[in-house]
Amino acid sequence: MAVVKLTSGYNIGVPSGACTFVERPVPPAGKPLEIHQNKNLPNLSIVSTGGTIASRIDYRTGSVTSQFNASDILVAIPELAQIANYRTIPLATILSENMTPAIWQDLARAVYDEVNGGAKGIIVTHGTDTMAYSAAAISFMIDTPVPIVFVGSQRSADRPSSDNAMNAACSAAAATSDLGEVVVVMHATTNDDTCAIHRGTRVRKMHTSRRDAFRSMGIPPIGEIEYPSRKVTLAPDAVRRGTHKLALHDKLDPHCALIQFFPGMSPDILKAYEGYHGLVIAGTGLGHTSTTLIPPLKHLAENGTLVVMTSQCMNGRVCDRVYDTGRDLLDAGVIEGGDMLPEAALVKMMWVLGNEKDTKKAAALMQTDLKGEYNRRSGHGL
Amino acid sequence: MDYKKAGLVAGIEIHQQLDTAEKLFCHCPTTLRETSEHHGEFSRFLRATVSEMGEIDRAAKEEMKSDRKFQYYAYDTTCLVENDEEPPAPMNDEALAVCLTIGKMFGMTPVPQVHTMRKLVIDGSNTSGFQRTALVALNGTLPNGGEIETICLEEEAAQRVRDDIFSLDRLGIPLIEITTSPCMHTPEDVQKIAEYIGMVLRSTGKVKRGIGTIRQDVNISIADGARVEIKGVQELDLIAEVVRREVQRQQSLLAIRDELKSRGAHIGVTTGTDVTALLKDTKSTVLKKAKKIHAIVLPGFAGLVGREIQPERRLGSEMSDYAKKCGVGGIFHTDELPAYGVTADEVTTLRTHMKAGEKDCVILVAGASEKQASCAIGQVITRATIALSEKPVPEETRKMLESGSSAYMRPLPGAARMYPETDVLPVIIDDARWNAVTIPELLTARAERFAKEYGIEHNYAMQLAGSDKLPLFERAVKDGIKPKLAAFTILATLTELRREGVDTKKISDNVYLATLQAVEKGQAAKEAIPDLFRSIAGGSSLEESLKKLAPCVSRGELETLVRKILADRAEFIAQKGKTALGPLMGVVMAEVRGSVDGKLVNEVLRTELDKVVGGK
Repeated sequence: MAVVKLTSGYNIGVPSGACTFVERPVPPAGKPLEIHQNKNLPNLSIVSTGGTIASRIDYRTGSVTSQFNASDILVAIPELAQIANYRTIPLATILSENMTPAIWQDLARAVYDEVNGGAKGIIVTHGTDTMAYSAAAISFMIDTPVPIVFVGSQRSADRPSSDNAMNAACSAAAATSDLGEVVVVMHATTNDDTCAIHRGTRVRKMHTSRRDAFRSMGIPPIGEIEYPSRKVTLAPDAVRRGTHKLALHDKLDPHCALIQFFPGMSPDILKAYEGYHGLVIAGTGLGHTSTTLIPPLKHLAENGTLVVMTSQCMNGRVCDRVYDTGRDLLDAGVIEGGDMLPEAALVKMMWVLGNEKDTKKAAALMQTDLKGEYNRRSGHGL
Repeated sequence: MDYKKAGLVAGIEIHQQLDTAEKLFCHCPTTLRETSEHHGEFSRFLRATVSEMGEIDRAAKEEMKSDRKFQYYAYDTTCLVENDEEPPAPMNDEALAVCLTIGKMFGMTPVPQVHTMRKLVIDGSNTSGFQRTALVALNGTLPNGGEIETICLEEEAAQRVRDDIFSLDRLGIPLIEITTSPCMHTPEDVQKIAEYIGMVLRSTGKVKRGIGTIRQDVNISIADGARVEIKGVQELDLIAEVVRREVQRQQSLLAIRDELKSRGAHIGVTTGTDVTALLKDTKSTVLKKAKKIHAIVLPGFAGLVGREIQPERRLGSEMSDYAKKCGVGGIFHTDELPAYGVTADEVTTLRTHMKAGEKDCVILVAGASEKQASCAIGQVITRATIALSEKPVPEETRKMLESGSSAYMRPLPGAARMYPETDVLPVIIDDARWNAVTIPELLTARAERFAKEYGIEHNYAMQLAGSDKLPLFERAVKDGIKPKLAAFTILATLTELRREGVDTKKISDNVYLATLQAVEKGQAAKEAIPDLFRSIAGGSSLEESLKKLAPCVSRGELETLVRKILADRAEFIAQKGKTALGPLMGVVMAEVRGSVDGKLVNEVLRTELDKVVGGK
């Protein structure tokens, strides 16, 4: 079928054979909108990686794809110009399911260069699907004195109701605030009135489509931004601007995996992970697999694979000392992952193994809080 | 008025809600709710986005003049799709099938592949900021030789509760949009065609009924005027009046332009003058509350801004509507001042300050901020400039006011408001599907058949043909009940009782039929039917009701009663002779109403009376 646009603006599909293609001159490109810079405003950098915040129709499939870059975002959201001056760095235009550890490294280097170059804050535009992984990766790879803010949108930028404009304005407000860590800024509720600031290592996408899909897990959000006033409020334990000195640790060992245990899971599956440097398991409850999986896990651990247990529950802490299965897992060489989110544990494992070759030391690092990913205490949330 | 000479050209768009089980792009029921039943609220901003061709639509731009926060009511019968928090479900096939049926009824051609589009609407009535719409069929014919250009399947918008608050129950109900070509040339033509299309739609039995379920938009232009779309005409009877008034408005605007030209009127300014300080001691509450008051002089406009262009509307009303887009409440103009708390002295001061002559009109706007006031005065200048121009009737979308006049809403939208709905897959209409579409009998044809077959009056037949009680009627006739009795009780009796406040829903079809059977068998008289239904709706069974309201009177008992009454009134009968029948009928009926059919009473009374008066 060929898609024909009628003068009324409607599209219809007609069999390709029934139409004659008439060449039509490409309409002259509109004047690129000038972005006014205001010397009195702080300098921020926008590093764009793609995602829904920068999406438009794709004529290949008729669905949406990530197509425009950081400068287009500035043109599309004029409100941003009231908050800061921007340098725009187009790093990638991908949907975030196509993100890779190699791009995390490129991203870390780009962010490092911008902070080093004097940016008062960084905004990373990112697809929401794997934004939490990337935020965790940048958390481990950079010690930052300034806010590094990940932002995206759940509803595509080409719709009038998109959450992109409010999220972007709030991310700019967060990037100029007193924060000094890697965070995710997205809608706090379904209303266009507040964005939440989530710690990069404790955030998770908890809904497929809602605007308020992102939730802090195990801790409350570390701040919020009111809209449209853009007033930023930070929690007492949010890391403040200037607390850390800028440093880049961009080594990663991507030879790691994350698997979810399920009832009846065949021990054969674990054979595929032989030779992996690290394996995170999202176990059941307090951190279990079936007994039948213990021998192959022991085999992996003995052959140098770092095996870390986390929980599918997402909320709460792993404890393999309560039931006999747990004790057997510990005996097999499995390391308890505390209250780390499975995804954060995987990214941390890549970073730890990229920087520490000694398995014992690496195991100890996995159980040490590096960037807020591992809480010593479990708040009761009351 | 010679409309042909005026060059009237009109077309209509009919929007009719479809009676499907689920909404067009989600699986919620198409149920309307009381706003008091809402169980959640949320708020959103909307922003105009560029079209597929990279432009912002002019109608959307106009709506963007003020930042508005919209509030929405959610229900347990609405879901995340209405909240714009979930991608749409595939297009409702039941709704598409109704559109195809209607398309075939008008002899149209279906599009080979239906593509859903997003029509940009950022007035808050759609949470997404667009209305999903798809072109389904093209090129139909009307009995007057006119053409139906297109049939589109659209989603209904959210209902405005008040101001910027909307209710989500209506959002997403399937809507068929039927657009005629500009093929009508008199106001009556337009009304007739609208009635005809409405009848065709109802013939499918798949459209919603009742107030608000059908809306007509009328497109009107006259020679030297412009195409204007008047939205939201809910009552069919008003269509012709709306057309008449729009013709009057366009002619008045043309006449005003000519007069302005002959007076040498012009517009000398591009911005307003700040007169806030000048009016700081005013008694006018509106001006007193304002943070900024801006004024302009329109040289040569005096008397014309206040001139009526259609009932209750002046050129000033048009300027006021334009200014309201910036968030102000309206405008003041010297054609209507002193009034509204503005004194004659203030008008003089203002005129002097603005250096306005007698032939000039001064316009004031009161804004909550500098930005709002200058936006509003800018809009007034824009509208005044149009009034003076070669085309003094702007192309506009207008909304109908109660009386049939209309107010400005926004510029006519262009093709730039359309964007593909990327979340919905296209649907193919192949020959097999199209050929399988069957056409229902038209209501008019059905009515004719009923009138002939059942010997009922034509207006009852037409009502019955369109009634949702038709199956009940058909069952009654099949069960041996006289068609006239069935039609009358269904159309007249039940309606009267409903209006009286009787809960007729409590009368089940079976009880309804049993009641009519009782009448046919002579257990109760026709006259007893309303009382029986009242009693049944009140909770009694049919048997109890019959016993209470229609104790059976046998022919023998009736004859005895009649003889007694005649004996008691022997003197009266002697006096009146046969003409006593009428008055006596009343006396007997008073005794037996509901228990014996009036016809039988008449027959017995006549026989007995004949016996008494003999040949006299």
